Amino acid sequence: MSEPLIFERSSPGRSAYAQRPAAAADFSAIPEALRRKTPPLMPEVSELQAVRHYTRLSKRNFSIDTHFYPLGSCTMKYNPRACNTLAMLPEFLARHPLAPMSHSQGFLACMYDLQEILKDVTGMAGVSLTPMAGAQGEFAGVAMIRAYHRARGDSARTEILVPDAAHGTNPATATMMGYTTREIPTNSEGDVDIEALRAAVGPHTAGIMLTNPSTLGVFERRIKQIAGIVHDAGGLLYYDGANLNAILGKVRPGDMGFDVIHMNLHKTFSTPHGGGGPGAGAVGVSQRMLPFMPIPIVGKATSPPPLAGEGQGGGASGEAASFRWLDERDLPQSIGRLSTFMGNAGVLIRAYIYARMLGRDGMQRVAEYATLNANYLMASLRDKGFDLAFPGRRASHEFIITLKRQKQQIELSATDVAKRLLDYGFHAPTVYFPLLVPECLLIEPTETEDKQTLDLFVDALVAIWAEARRDIKYVKGAPYTMPVRRLDDVRAARQLDIRYQPKP
Amino acid sequence: MSNIPADLKYVTSHEWIKLQADGTLLIGITDHAQGALGDLVFVDVPKVGRVLVAHEACAVVESVKAASDVYAPLAGEVIAVNEALAGAPELLNSDPYGAGWMWQLRPANPADIDTLLDAAGYAKVLETA
Amino acid sequence: MPFIPHTETDVADMLSAIGAPSFDSLFDEIPAELRCGPLAHVPQRLTEMEVARLMHGRAHQDRHGLSFIGAGAYEHHIPAAVWEITTRGEFYSAYTPYQAEASQGTLQLLYEFQSMMTALTGMDVSNASMYDGASALAESVLMAERSHKAGKRRVVVPRTLHPLYRKVLFALIDAQKIDIVEIPHDASGRTDIGAIEALEAGSFTCLVIPQPNFFGAFEDVDALTNLARAKGAMVIAVVNPVSLALLKPPGEWGATGADIVCGDGQPLGAPLASGGPYFGFLTAKQELVRQMPGRIVGRTVDLDGKPGFTLTLQAREQHIRRSKATSNICTNQGLLVTAATIHMTLLGAEGLARVATASMHGTAELLKLLSDIPGVSRVFDNGGFHETAIVLPRAVAPVLEALAAEYGILGGFDLSADYPELGNALLLCVTETKTHADLRHYAEALAAVLAR
Repeated sequence: MSEPLIFERSSPGRSAYAQRPAAAADFSAIPEALRRKTPPLMPEVSELQAVRHYTRLSKRNFSIDTHFYPLGSCTMKYNPRACNTLAMLPEFLARHPLAPMSHSQGFLACMYDLQEILKDVTGMAGVSLTPMAGAQGEFAGVAMIRAYHRARGDSARTEILVPDAAHGTNPATATMMGYTTREIPTNSEGDVDIEALRAAVGPHTAGIMLTNPSTLGVFERRIKQIAGIVHDAGGLLYYDGANLNAILGKVRPGDMGFDVIHMNLHKTFSTPHGGGGPGAGAVGVSQRMLPFMPIPIVGKATSPPPLAGEGQGGGASGEAASFRWLDERDLPQSIGRLSTFMGNAGVLIRAYIYARMLGRDGMQRVAEYATLNANYLMASLRDKGFDLAFPGRRASHEFIITLKRQKQQIELSATDVAKRLLDYGFHAPTVYFPLLVPECLLIEPTETEDKQTLDLFVDALVAIWAEARRDIKYVKGAPYTMPVRRLDDVRAARQLDIRYQPKP
Repeated sequence: MSNIPADLKYVTSHEWIKLQADGTLLIGITDHAQGALGDLVFVDVPKVGRVLVAHEACAVVESVKAASDVYAPLAGEVIAVNEALAGAPELLNSDPYGAGWMWQLRPANPADIDTLLDAAGYAKVLETA
Repeated sequence: MPFIPHTETDVADMLSAIGAPSFDSLFDEIPAELRCGPLAHVPQRLTEMEVARLMHGRAHQDRHGLSFIGAGAYEHHIPAAVWEITTRGEFYSAYTPYQAEASQGTLQLLYEFQSMMTALTGMDVSNASMYDGASALAESVLMAERSHKAGKRRVVVPRTLHPLYRKVLFALIDAQKIDIVEIPHDASGRTDIGAIEALEAGSFTCLVIPQPNFFGAFEDVDALTNLARAKGAMVIAVVNPVSLALLKPPGEWGATGADIVCGDGQPLGAPLASGGPYFGFLTAKQELVRQMPGRIVGRTVDLDGKPGFTLTLQAREQHIRRSKATSNICTNQGLLVTAATIHMTLLGAEGLARVATASMHGTAELLKLLSDIPGVSRVFDNGGFHETAIVLPRAVAPVLEALAAEYGILGGFDLSADYPELGNALLLCVTETKTHADLRHYAEALAAVLAR
């Protein structure tokens, strides 16, 4: 059953009276020449109509709370409810971003603690929380690489190296920072081709952007060697934290030799994806990159008591310490400000609460159980006859199966499987990424799923393959149980309809 | 198998070139290229009067899931473009060698035409790809 | 184990299915010398009850004040239904709607959002949102540069634009070799039109016009738009979405309208919350749609011809275009847009106009009360929206400290660092959330502090 647009529920003169100010609008307060002449086309509905419409729309979504969501590279793990409840305490919601420090110590204490926790889990010397998403963290990271070289008077470095399996944001970011990108090929084992890397580096190399474990779901074993090659050439190493969940508390980017990193707190620290955002892309840096960090950063005037001591009492550190923002006066070489205020503060509070509930040992368990689930699922699918992209390798927190054989034999594509999985009550894995592997499904179960769910997912994939052998046409027609069947993307692009316009 | 008309010239980046009676060239993308890209939804052609360097990326074709540069097979000046493509990019799919032509070029050096692949040469490129 | 469901039996069964002798063997491809020890600075875990106690304590430290600070973040009443529905798990814990058939709720909502934003701004096309207002401005400038291929890469920015927006703009376009020309304000607190007239035609790509501007004043948007056109430049409007319920939409500015409109969507249902998450909006004329950054949702049909929604024009984006993408952005602020769409639906055009009116009237009322205090006067002699600048007889910072410490009043934003030429100037904001009593309380407190 379809749900009409909210505009189609609208009746002239209807309103949600309790929600709006009692006094009427007064256009005469606006100078005539600047006044709005016709009201904007907005819905006119009652409160109940609005609540019912958007509640109904919510039911037309898959989400982690309702479905297994093994979307590779996206780390769709459970978002603990306490993180939301506590981040939405009235005092946190009411705090103005420019409120004086006397009215900010609780919030700043949380942010300071989070900076310290993230420094420890990544092995970096400094952390700035301000980037508003992973892509903005990447932007900040590459901007810092540029600032570092410029501060040394080195203007010859014009190129950023990116493995061919990288996320699209990596080359897009390098371009935004004025760099050209050069792709480094991947070998058949899924590792960076070291000889190609050696041939590519030189005095023109500003840096390399790497994800480890890579987007192919395997750990780059020769990372120290890669770091050596790039550093010897005078370049810097950038760590894309998309896959940090795989190694949390096990290996630290700082120990691998990275100079700059970003973390996706909406992945590793389980803040909500919200239907496509907001994210939070905190960055971490090594000692020599500290002066270039984006502002603002939380600094403290005196030493707070150790974090571990305050757990039971609550809020102890704020009494002992005084926190304040560090800005351009403290970091004159900073790459600057990336958001009006300090980034996605509410997301950062959620990440902080999650980190406190995980604790020291919980961090390690994230990597252990995410890896256990991925390897179990990989082994189960292999045993059922699916082809692994890298059969000789351990999975990290995710792995790839390829349907190249099924595509050749019975025309079963990755898209077909993805769409049919929806009918079985599972969100599809990531399809057609990385681009290197044909007809691929990138599967990331995360640590929060139980064994029974993983087993049911395997059963579904087996059943779909069997269905496809019997009747490929049927599978190509999927999904059948969603609010809509397969959509015409070509028509969407050719006959662009991106806003409601009432019929004349 | 994709269609490779015998009377056209080709380059390895999957553009075709048709020599006109007046010495100018019509240029488009091959049947193989349109098939690989899928249903095209947008075409951006170079402006009339633009002087192209050989192998320069000068046009873009987009499908729903991919965007691809189109390259100048030869140096020369753009003297006309296929205006119909703006409203009907599907012409590149339905008639790549006819109504789906992209731009007309006056070659800087007509002798360059001899460096292009013939149909058999292009067929070999596709076989070995 | 927090958030991990495995029993000991599960673990044993799973390791055996993998053929791995132990947990540790799952990490056997990672060189031993890279493995880290315990995380010394991460505290031991807290239970939900313990972390709740901690956070309540921290929240309490952020003492609540009666706030008159605006400066880019505005306190408005948010209907209860907005966040009740927004935090439903189906919205809260969904991913980007790449699998359209399983994401029709989010997609339809985004289409409705795009429709409302184009209506409010008077433009043809909208994306599904950017990170925040300042970054949306930077993306707008990059978009103008892309579509304005000829001529100098130069953007003209008035000093009446929010100082933090200018800082973000500088940081985000720093590597793009774009000049930034700043235009001073005139004695009325508006952009100095004469300074723009003096610029050579064809010497800049675009003009940024804030409406209302940082001082709350109304710019002469028709004259500025026409002037930019006459100089061959594009127009980028930076607007407050609530004010647009009363103000002429940028699509109707001057003879042609603005080309690109952006701003911060925070006043539409996002709590102040220390500065984020908010969302940026970005709308434009039809011909610029392919230069837009970010996600766009379109309406189409399914295999049975039934209407449905999907992401469209994705070939602009980084996951396809990679180094040639319009931007590296790969999120929108989906959850905030969910809130904003419900917020706009509940208020409607009339409700937003009432909020704007009440805020404007409150600001005028406070200004009148404060003007009666000896030594206090308005900085600029004109009306405006819900913010205004006043000048104090002495330095602003100690006055604000006294108001906060003794009266629990957050008295506004100190302008003296960003605009030293204005003297001891203070920017204050009143929204519909303030009562007559609140305004009197502020006036009495300020009078008392200044009388000392």
